[in-house]
Amino acid sequence: MTVEHQNISATSREAGTKVDEPVLRVHDLHKLYQMGDNAVHALRGISASVMKGEFVAVMGSSGSGKSTFMNILGCLDKPTSGEYRLEGVDVSRLDKKQLAGIRNRKIGFVFQGFNLLARTTALENTELPTLYSQVSKSDRRERAIAALQMVGLGQRTDHFPSQLSGGQQQRVAIARALVNKPSILLADEPTGNLDSRTSVEVMEIFQNLNEQGLTIILVTHEPDIAQFAKRVLVFRDGKIRRDENVKDRAVAAEVLKTMPVLED
Amino acid sequence: MDFLAILRIAVRALARNKMRSILTMLGIIIGVGAVIAMVGIGQGADQAMQKQIASLGANMLYVTSGSARFGGARLGSGNTKTLVSSDVAAILKECPAVTAAAPGTQTSAQVVFGNDNWGTRVTGTTPEYFRVRAWDFASGTGFTQNDVTTAANVAVIGETVRKNLFPGSQAVGQTIRIGTLPFLVVGVLAAKGQSAGEDQDDTIVAPLTTVQKKITGQPWLRFILVSAPSRSLSYAAREQMESLLRDRHRIREGEADDFTVRNLADIADVASEASKIMTVLLGSIAAISLLVGGVGIMNIMLVSVTERTREIGTRLAIGATESDVQKQFLLEAVLLCLLGGLIGIVVGVSSCFLIATFVGWPIVTSLTAIMLSAAFSICIGVFFGFYPAQKAARLNPIDALRYE
Repeated sequence: MTVEHQNISATSREAGTKVDEPVLRVHDLHKLYQMGDNAVHALRGISASVMKGEFVAVMGSSGSGKSTFMNILGCLDKPTSGEYRLEGVDVSRLDKKQLAGIRNRKIGFVFQGFNLLARTTALENTELPTLYSQVSKSDRRERAIAALQMVGLGQRTDHFPSQLSGGQQQRVAIARALVNKPSILLADEPTGNLDSRTSVEVMEIFQNLNEQGLTIILVTHEPDIAQFAKRVLVFRDGKIRRDENVKDRAVAAEVLKTMPVLED
Repeated sequence: MDFLAILRIAVRALARNKMRSILTMLGIIIGVGAVIAMVGIGQGADQAMQKQIASLGANMLYVTSGSARFGGARLGSGNTKTLVSSDVAAILKECPAVTAAAPGTQTSAQVVFGNDNWGTRVTGTTPEYFRVRAWDFASGTGFTQNDVTTAANVAVIGETVRKNLFPGSQAVGQTIRIGTLPFLVVGVLAAKGQSAGEDQDDTIVAPLTTVQKKITGQPWLRFILVSAPSRSLSYAAREQMESLLRDRHRIREGEADDFTVRNLADIADVASEASKIMTVLLGSIAAISLLVGGVGIMNIMLVSVTERTREIGTRLAIGATESDVQKQFLLEAVLLCLLGGLIGIVVGVSSCFLIATFVGWPIVTSLTAIMLSAAFSICIGVFFGFYPAQKAARLNPIDALRYE
């Protein structure tokens, strides 16, 4: 179903000859950390681009540079050298305040540890990004409810994180990432704290969102999870070692049928 | 990002940790409450004192005969025989700042009516006395100048004496015995209450001549009460009397006076000065507690920033700018202080009322103290909230997100 898409993204790496601009493109990214006397070269020349509607899994062992890469993609960190364009905008030249704006409107974050505010309802947690952008109060509520419905939590808007299961908490976090209609969704080990069935449920949501046209970039070290993506980037020693389309892509909805149902 | 949105975020953050917010506010509540209560107490005490002093008589001066020395023995004041009735006439004639003067003598005596008896102070004086002391009658009247001239056996009794000798019966028209002499009660004085630890109502007032001739046997005066038309003129009256009396008593340059002039305005000034010092002292101690409350705010805010590191990381990741985070934490501190200040004002004012009811002082709630402490608590919020807010804003979002 998405073969065409993959073809486009595969070819688009040879300069922007296509009409379609990539959602994000990085060119020769380097990142150096100065740790006392030692300089750690976390990224050693990363070039890649991601088209709209792609679902990319970033894999690699710890220390491979994948986290640094994600932080740069998420505008939480700046590369030492190289170029990063998000929707055609050279993000590496923006100041901190502008970067905050990019994070707010263009990027949706999903974290391993959910990072929901305690003693705050699912709805209020979901609303959080809209508080930092110019969204009217009624619009804010409407959007948050819509986002919660997209992740199947429309009935639990008034629950606190402590009243939700891990999977449900992660779904609230996904709704929060979606509420400002971002260009890309960045998920950093989103299934790291979840059991296997819940992990697949979360992947099902990602696959559904992706089918609706959302671009997703997912960091994981589990090959099973990467199997749900369309494309895999494998990092090692600060470089991309492999960049390939996923063969025999797993469909979360199908996988769920084969898994035993656990008591929730 | 507009102020209202930040305010909303700060309010939500505070509402999430109600218990901690309240405990943090406690320092400010106690501080502001203490400042208002202490200043209120100080000012209330001052007013109470001024009222008591005023109850002695408006713009009154008090001339007493000075101490005497007989050989090696020094007697207390009121024991010289030099202050006499002609001094009163001279004061009225030659001191322009004096409007009225009442000579007096004083002794203590046992008073008897029926089966009751009561030991009290007997003051011998002229009708002027009631005017100078601005003392009204609860019933009956005072005695007249004629009574003084004829040394009549008439008396005016104070409220305390009336209560002890005439519980529940009419006093005016009855005859009491002072010592062995019968006196007709012609009036009862209105109650004045305590002043300087002395029950002003525990007294009997009789004509000067009667007391001098029939009770004490001393023709000299113990005191002269003088009134001046205004507080400012009372200082002049004092100087005029001092020079006149030194003249009349032939006191040479360098010799000590054989009389003492006390100006109630002086006493009031001293008392007022004392209560001002007390107010400042109490207020300063309370202000220190407010400062300690501010340090408490900073402490809790720092703990809060550390504890909420992940929250801060999350906020930064989803689009809060550094200044958003800084403003949020600053506003949290200011809101805590402001809210604490408002509650503190309520606590302070109500404790003022409470203390006033218990002690019987006039209720004084200083608007200045209220405004100042409200403004001060906002300043404390900004001052002590700034550093934690700064710390929060400077967090690296990547580290903050992973903080355990």
